[in-house]
Parts: sequence; C-alpha cells; structure tokens
Amino acid sequence: MSESPPEDDTPLVAARGIVKTFGAFTALGGVDLTVKRGEIHALLGENGAGKSTLIKILGGLLAPDAGTITWDGRPVAIDDPATARALGIGIVFQHFALFEALTVAENIALALGPSVTPRNAARLVEALGSEHGLPVPADREVGTLSVGERQRVEILRCLAQKPRLLILDEPTSVLTPQEAADLFATLRRLAAGGCSVLFISHKLDEVRALTSAATILRAGKVVAHADPRRETAASLAAAMVGTEIPELKPAAAHALGPPRLVVDQLASHESDPHAVALKDISLEVRGGEIVGIAGIAGNGQKELFAHLAGERLAERAAMIRIDDRDAGMLGPTERRQLGAAFVPEERLGHAAVPNFSLTDNAFVTRHATSGAARGGLLRRSAARRIADAVISRFHVRTRGPGTEARRLSGGNLQKYVIGRDMIADPKVLVVDQPTWGVDAAAAAAIRQALIDLAAEGAAVLVISQDLDELFQVADRIAVLSLGRLGPARPVAALSRTDVGLAMGGIAAAEAERAHEAAAGAGEGTHAPHS
Amino acid sequence: MSFAEALLLSVVTAAMPLMLAALGEMVAERSGVLNLGVEGMMVMGAVSAFGVAAATGSATLGVLAGVGAGIAMAALFGLIALGLAANQVATGLALTIFGLGLSGLIGAPLVGARREPLPRLEIPWLSDIPLVGKMLFGQDALVYLGALLLALLVYVIRRTRTGLVLRAVGDNPEAGHALGIKVLRVRLLAVLFGGAMAGLAGAHLVLAYTPFWSTGMTAGRGWIALALVVFGAWQPMRVAFGALLFGAVTILQFHAQGLGIGLPSQLMASLPYLATIVALVMIAAAGRKSSAAPAALGREFVLDR
Amino acid sequence: MRLILEPRAAPPVWAKWAAPFAALAVTGLIGAIIFALLGKPPIESLRVMFLDPLLDPLSLEDVVVKSAPLVLIAVGLVFAYRSNNWNIGAEGQFVIGGLIAGGLAVAAAGGGASGPWLIVAMLAGGALGGIAWGAIPALLKIRFGASEILTSLMLVYVAEKILDYLVRGPWRDPKGFNFPQTISFEGWARLPTLGDGRFHIGIVLTLAIALFAAFVLARTLYGFSIRTFGESPRAARFAGFSPAKVSLSAFAISGGLAGLAGAIEVAGPIGQLQPSISPGYGFTAIIVAFLGRLSPIGCIFAGLALAVSFIGGEQAQILLNIPLDLTKVLQAVLLFAILGADALTRFRPRLIRSAGAAV
Repeated sequence: MSESPPEDDTPLVAARGIVKTFGAFTALGGVDLTVKRGEIHALLGENGAGKSTLIKILGGLLAPDAGTITWDGRPVAIDDPATARALGIGIVFQHFALFEALTVAENIALALGPSVTPRNAARLVEALGSEHGLPVPADREVGTLSVGERQRVEILRCLAQKPRLLILDEPTSVLTPQEAADLFATLRRLAAGGCSVLFISHKLDEVRALTSAATILRAGKVVAHADPRRETAASLAAAMVGTEIPELKPAAAHALGPPRLVVDQLASHESDPHAVALKDISLEVRGGEIVGIAGIAGNGQKELFAHLAGERLAERAAMIRIDDRDAGMLGPTERRQLGAAFVPEERLGHAAVPNFSLTDNAFVTRHATSGAARGGLLRRSAARRIADAVISRFHVRTRGPGTEARRLSGGNLQKYVIGRDMIADPKVLVVDQPTWGVDAAAAAAIRQALIDLAAEGAAVLVISQDLDELFQVADRIAVLSLGRLGPARPVAALSRTDVGLAMGGIAAAEAERAHEAAAGAGEGTHAPHS
Repeated sequence: MSFAEALLLSVVTAAMPLMLAALGEMVAERSGVLNLGVEGMMVMGAVSAFGVAAATGSATLGVLAGVGAGIAMAALFGLIALGLAANQVATGLALTIFGLGLSGLIGAPLVGARREPLPRLEIPWLSDIPLVGKMLFGQDALVYLGALLLALLVYVIRRTRTGLVLRAVGDNPEAGHALGIKVLRVRLLAVLFGGAMAGLAGAHLVLAYTPFWSTGMTAGRGWIALALVVFGAWQPMRVAFGALLFGAVTILQFHAQGLGIGLPSQLMASLPYLATIVALVMIAAAGRKSSAAPAALGREFVLDR
Repeated sequence: MRLILEPRAAPPVWAKWAAPFAALAVTGLIGAIIFALLGKPPIESLRVMFLDPLLDPLSLEDVVVKSAPLVLIAVGLVFAYRSNNWNIGAEGQFVIGGLIAGGLAVAAAGGGASGPWLIVAMLAGGALGGIAWGAIPALLKIRFGASEILTSLMLVYVAEKILDYLVRGPWRDPKGFNFPQTISFEGWARLPTLGDGRFHIGIVLTLAIALFAAFVLARTLYGFSIRTFGESPRAARFAGFSPAKVSLSAFAISGGLAGLAGAIEVAGPIGQLQPSISPGYGFTAIIVAFLGRLSPIGCIFAGLALAVSFIGGEQAQILLNIPLDLTKVLQAVLLFAILGADALTRFRPRLIRSAGAAV
C-alpha cells in the first residue's frame, strides 16, 4: 500500500489505433487510450460510442482487428482473459460476472491461485475484506446479496488479484449517492497506492469529482482528451454527444383528470428465493400526470412491472384498477383492451422478439388492439401499416418494417417498442427504464414523447433507476425499496439527497432481513418499517 | 444365502448401472451440459465390453473397452454440441439413436453368446454379517469401484478446486470465461467423464447384471439415469440413493409373482418407467428442482472474440 | 491454436434450405465409409439404399406409403419444437393411437358390427388416444414443472408394454395358433385404398394436414403464439399468450397427429395389432422434423427422404445382407449432420493462433 508510483512516466497502458468491427458495423475506428500509473482516468461516451468494446479488448474478451497495446512500455498481446489477469488487469462489469449459486468465498477463491480451495477460501476472503475496508459475508450465496453487496464482492475479487489497472464499468448506476461516495474513497485510496483506475460513467458530476484525465469517445473515435476538473459538465456533455440535444419542452399547463391507474395494497409472494416480494404497494396515477418510481435495481421493479402488465396476476382483482375497472386478475391482452400499454426494460426478448421483423413485432403488443389479427388470422398488411407509422412518427432509423428487431440499435429499437404502443394513444402507460442504454438524442425524443402523452390526458408511470431522468419528466416521485413503495411526492418538494436516502432504505431493510433470519422462521412478522 | 440376503444383493447389482450412469451425467450437467445421449453411450459401453470380454476372455479388458466406447461416444457429442454449439437436446437424441443402431450392428454376431458373470468378491468376516453382509461386502469388483467413485465425487465436487470450477462453469459460463477459465475445455472433460461412467455402467450391466448381450438391452436405463440426476437434485449421495430405490423397484418387478402380486408381467415391467415419472413429478412439485439445477444447464456457450 | 465460432451477421436464407442437402451428402459419404468397413461395396450399397428405391416404381410407391406416418408425426412435432416443448415421446403416442384404433376394430368384429362409421371412429379414437397420451407430459409440466423430455420418453416404454400385454392377452386372435397378434382387420376396419390398392387415403389425409398446418403456423394468431414462445418465451407471455395453453395445445397436436398416424398404420398397411407396430417412426420423425427445417412443408420432403432410407435399408438387407440397424445408424448420422450444418450457417468457425500474433 505504501508503494509509490515509479519515477519514470512510461504509461501503464497505452493502446494505439485500436480497430474492431462487427460485420458491417465499426465499433472502434482507430482508438488511442493512455492511462498513467496511479491515475484515475475517465472513459466517457454515449451508449454505443465503443466504451464497452474497448474495455473488453483490454480484458482479453474481444480481439481487436488492428492496433497495438503496450503495457509498461512493452508490446503485449491480450489473447484471453487469463492473459489480462496475469498482466494485472481487473474489470468490474456493469452486469456483474458473479456466480450466483456459489458463496462469496467461492467466488473470490476462483479468482485466486490454484492453491486456494473452497476449504481455506472463507478465511482468506475475510482477511482480504478487512484489508481493503470492504466487508463481505464470506459464507453467503451471492444470489442472496443486494446489488451493492454484489458490487463489493466483485471489486474485492478484482483487488484479490492485486491488479495494477482496475476497470469499472458504470459502477455507480447501482449505488445510492451515499454508497457511491464510499466507493470513491476506496478508489482514491487505491490510486494513492499506485493502482491505476479506468472509470466509465455517464454521470459527469462524478467524473469531475473523481478523475484527473478523460478520454472521450464518440461513434468509435476519440473526439477529445480532457482534464475533467477543468471542464464543466455541460462542456463534457457537448464533447460526448457532438450535436446539440434539444431541451425538453415542458407540457403546457393542463388540468389533471381522475385517477386512471390505481394500485391498492398490491402484495406478491415469491417462490424464487432471489426475487423481491412486493409489500402493500399503493399508488394513484391521474390522467395528465407522470409519476416516477425511483429505486436501485433489484428492489422489486421487475415484480412490480410484471404485476402491472398482467404477466403475473394480483391476488385480488381490485388491487389494480385501470380507468375504474378492476384489472388485477386480467392478463396482458385484456389490460391492453382497457386502454393500457406497457413497455418493459428488456428490449430484446421481452418487448420484442429478436428474430422477428418489425412488422411481426407489431403483433406482440397490438394483436388484440389493432385489428391486425381479427378472427385469429394474421393481417400482415395491417401490422405493416402500424410499423410504418411508428417508423416515420418516431424517426426510427431502419431499412424498413421487414428488418429484424435485433438489427436495430438500442435507441432505435427502444423508440420502436415505445412508439408501437404510443401511436394507439393509450390511456395508461407503464414504462420500465425507458432510456436505459439509449443514446442521448433518442433518450430526449423518448422523454419528450412521454411528456406529450401525459399532456394529452394519459396516466404515465415511469420506473427508472436514473434519478436525472425522473427529475426531468416526472410530476411526482415515489421510491421503491425492498418491495415497499414510499409516498409519491411532488418533484418540486423533493431533493436528490432525500430520494437517495430513501433509496438507501435498503440498508435499513437489510438489517431487518438479518433480524428476520436471526429470529428463525419469523415469516410474516416484520419489524415496523422505518 | 437367505432369500432376503439374495434380494438385497440383487438390488445393489441392479442399482449399479443406474448409479454409475447417473453420476456421470450429473457431472456433465454440473458443468452446464445436458447430454440426452446417456442411453446411447451406455448401450455402446455394454456391447463393447461384452464383445471384448468374450473375445479375450478378460473381464478387465471388457470393462476398459466399455469405458473407452462411452468416452468415444461422448467425444462425438462434444464435437457437435460443444464444438459447433448445436442444440444439446437434439444432439443428445441423435447420440442415443446412433448408439442403439451402432450397438445393434456391432452386436449382431454376439447375440446368443453367454459368459460367466463377474465373480463376487466376498470380504472375509464382514460378508458374514447377517442380512446386510452380502449386500455390502459380497459384491463384484465394479460395485466396490462404484462406491469408491461415489465417495470421490462427493469429495471433489464439494471440497476441491476442480469441483469449484465445475460448479462455476455450470452456473455462469460467461463469468467463468471472464475469469480465465477454459469453459469449453471444462465442459468437454465433464462430458467425457459422463461418457466414461455411462460406458462403465453398460459394462456392469452386461458383465455382472445379465451375462449375455441382447440388442437394446439397456431398455431405457440411460433415460432413467437422466431422471435420477433430477431426482437426486444434482447431489451425488442423493443420486446414489435414488439409484438404489430404482434398483429395488426393478427387483420387485421380478419377484412380484413370487410375492403373490397377480398383475401381468408387462405391467410389472413398466413399473420402473412409471416410478420415474412419479419421482420426477414429486421432485418438481417439491420445488427443489428449480433451485438445485445448474443455472446454465443446456445453454450453449460460444467462444466469440 | 484454438477454434473460435464467430457468429455470422446475417446467415443467408438459402443456407437454411441448403443445409439439409449438405447433410444428406455428408451422410452418404459416411455411409460409404461404413459400408466399406463392413466389407460391402460402397458405391453399390449406396445405390441400393438411396437410389434404387426412387427408380423402381414399385419401391417408389412403398416409399410414399412409408413416408405418410413419418410426415404426419413430424408435422405435429413441428408445433411442439417450434414452441419449445420437447415432446420426444411421439413413438408412445403413435402406439396408443394404433392400440385404440385396433381395439375398436377388435371390439367391432367381436360384436359383428361394421360400417363406414367404424373407420372414422378408429381414426378419431386413435387421434384422441394420442392426444390423451401426449397431454400427460404437458399437464405434468404445466402443473408441477416436471421435465417433459423425460416423462414423454418414459411413456413410450409404458405404451409399448400395454400393447404387448393386450396382443398377448385379452386381444389375441383365438384362432391365431397362439401367435401374439389380433385378428386381421377387414372391411370397414381397413382404410379405403386408391388406384391399384397400395395407396390408402391416409396419404391424402397426411398431405392435407401438412398443408393446413403450414397455413396455421404462418398465418394465424395461434401459429404466431407458437413461434413466439419458441423464439422468446418472455416476449410471448408479454404478448398475453398463455404458456399453459401453448404447451398443452402443442402436445395435443403432436400427440394427436402421432396417434392418428398410429391408427392409419394399423387400419392401413399393417391391418392388425402386433407386439410391435412401429419400426421407430416416432423417433425417426424427430429427424424428419429437423431435416424439414421445422416447417410442415419441409417435413413432406424430409419424410420422403427418410422413408427412402427405410425402404433402401430393407432392400440392402435382402440383397447385400446388411443389418437393418445400419438404417438407424445412418439416420442418426443424418441428424448429426443437419445439426452440424445448421451450426455452420450460424457461425463461421475460425482457427486462431494464440501467442505471438499481432494484436
């Protein structure tokens, strides 16, 4: 820990002219990246700019088509992940690469040398955790941990290999602001000890607070090198996006209608031990307003969406009401026939079938509400008209409605799956993570469409982990934490810190869970909620 | 030997092919590979073991041939399902059809030949313990080998790094790859081990359980072994227990008439298959299956850079 | 050096339909090698097995008759496999279908009753029997989550034992010299025939069903739900399609068509019940379904191709003394080959050198 960076200024890693193509798509078109020793370096760029591709190349998960990488001044070929690890490169991925069925100790043991077996791992892991100030429960199965705990495990697993370059891909997207601050302290300590950090984020305030150098990517090219401490968030954003992103137009003043989506004491029982049970969720969304549901991933968002969309049924019909009709026991099709529309988080494989054309994908949510499948027969011409209309109204960039969904970029497919339901003017819209992994221009277009839909009288419910997004579009925000939903408060009366603290309710609830576990089979008796 | 002793002895003998094949398949499935070709590997093991044993007069060479045939069959599965990432269900089915056909082809000249079953090795003193002595200590060499393999598997899977890597690959192959584990190599080795065990099971079937070869003689035991893996919740001891249970059902059907059960023999013969269905349903209903199955079971892993 | 599978960005459409032909060619090649190993003349054997059945009009008729059950079962399996329901027990559903049809014929003959209704009842009963037998694994899957692969397969053995018991026991022909078989069916217990009497109307029925199935799969909302479940189950549930209904109906269709095929075989070519009424049609049909690209129309051609191997296999046994089991081996090789060919249309295999390569 006391080792200071060597005197010479040979960079730790220098990538030159990295090219990577996937078929006709150029993910990286000759990218340079230099990270000095002991430096916290930011890699910035929009979704699809090539950040993930670049770190996968550094991690040996992808082979570049051209370019060189030097490590400590020596050229290296990073053929596979084992080579990367041997060099001292550790990566914490956005979607954690942990083994859910194994214990924390076993997960970490796998990253250590062959002398570590399941027998001695637990002791080693606990020692390691206290050394780095990252306590982890060594004997728990990873599948039972919260997202924040999993990230600690993943970081600890990297640190266990004594890395010289630690790469973190959007690490704070799963953390509360308070947890993020703890993470930054750890990273600064590591950097002071000589470890270089490559930090990927699109939260520009964090980048300015933490990093001392930045490489900015746009569409597979380096567009700027910067010292984030000397830039403003706006100037960094401009460099990332390249074009001016239109400001959102707030809706014209309009009166709110009656409640169109009412959730009344919705509760769920989960047989999967990894799922989060919903507890007494109550909520009203009136016509003309947008209600946001904030929360960290894994606090019941998936379960809530499934119940609202009718993929899972409520215990009583009156638990969910759509336009004053009991809908809790209705399936997705019947709810759509009541005028509701739903857009799930996963675009491919949930909202859309990857190998189906956009035309065929129109049937997925519209077969019962568009006449495209009247009498049980598919009318492709009708579905094609829907697809054409969505493509032109929402500026979906594609060769045509015959294109398979999987060929569209994230932003374009998201515009398609939201547009598919929006052109039917739904009375109620529930959307989960509307702009997750979407480029800035598409995100702005989607958010504007949500605002406009509400202005026309629809009730819009937005589930999102992106606080910035919720503060931009929502009229009221409620926080979902461990399956409980707090009250929906007007945005004007809320600060980010308040919401962040409520999101961190996870810590309180974790204590509750530990308490329950200690009490043994204390099912159904929960301590008063704080 | 009393009737009860003989009965218990035969239960273990009947259970052994099921246990060996199921333990092998369990290892393959723990690595995330579903190989439905157990029946084909087992029947090829049986015909090879019998052919070589009959030709050379050596049971040891026969057993080795059975193991080798199982490995060769598993390698064919590995080539197509792992090397080319083809659908595991369909590839496994093809392997079973292939094994049943090829064993019939090679085995045609062997039909009708008989040989002495494997000798039972009675351990002095211990085998004289009343009732269970013969069952535990009066078995053939392969049964002792099976018991040894079972103990070894319990230890390796839970306690060693090899077992840890195996479980990791079956849980999340992508994460394993990112950690530098050679996922396809681990999976191939697990599949080959499964083949070796299925081949050994076939060898035991034809060298100890029945002393002759007949076409298709595995009679669905490979499939029952597959069900036993589910029944045993991917745990070696539970799989072995399930195999004994099924061994008992098999023996029961032979002695049904003697016990005064007047059902037609064909209906008694369908008992193991019905019992398999009942066992699968019970396990699934108990909800153990969803949590115990390796998360990546049956999912292809493509090395793509 | 190691093998890398690089996904092809856009697998060409022609490759999907070229793959079966490549697979047939590879199978022929491997067949030739096996013949040579067995000490048979490879070219001559290939000709007898794969070409002669197509050239001789009489064998060609045999091929068409033999293909009917294969096509019918495979068309049903398409619905199961396209919706991710792994029914591998079609053999059992076939046996139960034949058994019900045969049982009705035996009962009608015993009661001295006959009429056009009898053959209709036999076919309907066979289909219903197949549906019932196929519904068991579906219901166990839906209700308890039991693996349909294993339960459907186990029921094959049970069905075979039941048939074995009936033809040796209660249904045995009393005047049959103790042979394990029922009386030979006559009159309205047999399928009407066409032309010179070798083609039965089951063939026409099969063709009509295959065409109708193609329409259902491509043009109806039900077919769409089947395809959506196969492609992405979550999207299918999101679309509002019920997994239970799709599983049950897919098993009912595949079981029903297999049962119908069993009834047709019993009322047509076989004309009685025997301990074994199928040379493994239910398993071969799995190969037909894959070779036919999981498309009903494709199954018609694939069924003909596999029927050639059955007829050719019998010819090769008679003329060249090649064991019948070789047919099974070659059918399995064909399935391996088609799976391999499919993989090659999805991926481009690439050997890469590891160390020292320029990055």
